[in-house]
Amino acid sequence: MTLEEVAQTVEAEFLNLQERADEEVRTACAADLLSDVLAMRGEAALLITGEAAPQVVRVADVMNIRAILYVRGKRPQKKDIVKWATQRGIVLLSTPLPTFEVCGRLYTRGMRCSECFENEAD
Amino acid sequence: MERRVFAYSVVSTGSFDDVGVVSTEIKRDLEEAGVERETVRRVAVICFEAEMNLALYTERGGNIEVVVEPEKVVIYVEDDGPGIEDVEKAMQPGYSTAPLWVHELGFGAGMGLPNMKENSDFFELTSEVGKGTKIHSVVFRRRENAA
Ligand SMILES: Nc1ncnc2c1ncn2[C@@H]1O[C@H](COP(=O)(O)OP(=O)(O)OP(=O)(O)O)[C@@H](O)[C@H]1O
Ligand SMILES: [Mg+2]
Repeated sequence: MTLEEVAQTVEAEFLNLQERADEEVRTACAADLLSDVLAMRGEAALLITGEAAPQVVRVADVMNIRAILYVRGKRPQKKDIVKWATQRGIVLLSTPLPTFEVCGRLYTRGMRCSECFENEAD
Repeated sequence: MERRVFAYSVVSTGSFDDVGVVSTEIKRDLEEAGVERETVRRVAVICFEAEMNLALYTERGGNIEVVVEPEKVVIYVEDDGPGIEDVEKAMQPGYSTAPLWVHELGFGAGMGLPNMKENSDFFELTSEVGKGTKIHSVVFRRRENAA
């Protein structure tokens, strides 16, 4: 699905880089523990997380994650973090919904687990 | 590709906000040097975990050196921090002395060193209490699309 479809499906808003709304994302992972993201096999296009600490965007960069979807209305507290993400080409989205609901809706729309569908990762 | 050496210093600033920034620079440098994607990712993960440990457990930080060779990438991490008393224990998944505020940031699972080892083809940690800690890691390069 496209990032725009992701945003619509989970009622999310773009925090930056809305011009990339047409970009396709097929694989995701959901984690609050950044250690789990760093230990992930395969590549996720989308990270769904309830952790809004500055380190999340650094981890995303290192792991080639192209977009971060913050749940429960979370978002980075510092403007320069959004700026940094923009510079590195990481799209930031924020949804008021909780993780389970977000994952359920996206799965129904065809989004798949990055670790279970490693070959499909792009 | 000829041998290339990249050197970085991780400075413990007291603020944890910038942790990981050096590793993203390393990633960029390796990409620019033409290192293939999967290798870059593994090296970047190793460096990220190392950078975090430097920021958390040493007072002043430390150095990371990344050597790119045709067949492999070699990573050296060095600090003059407190050292690790029981290396075997520290290497065990789940072992962590990270304080609560680190856990609240989503780190401190005790997975850093095991994850570094997991991403390395060779991994060696030596440490001396009161002197510091050294890590030597090697990642063999595999050509993209190779089986
Ligand atoms: N450079 C270092 N100097 C001193 N002690 C260290 C150093 N690196 C690691 N340690 C010790 O080893 C333990 C295990 O480290 P490891 O990176 O595996 O886990 P962690 O940092 O606690 O959690 P995580 O890496 O999952 O966020 C640490 O909690 C710390 O006590
Ligand atoms: Mg660690």
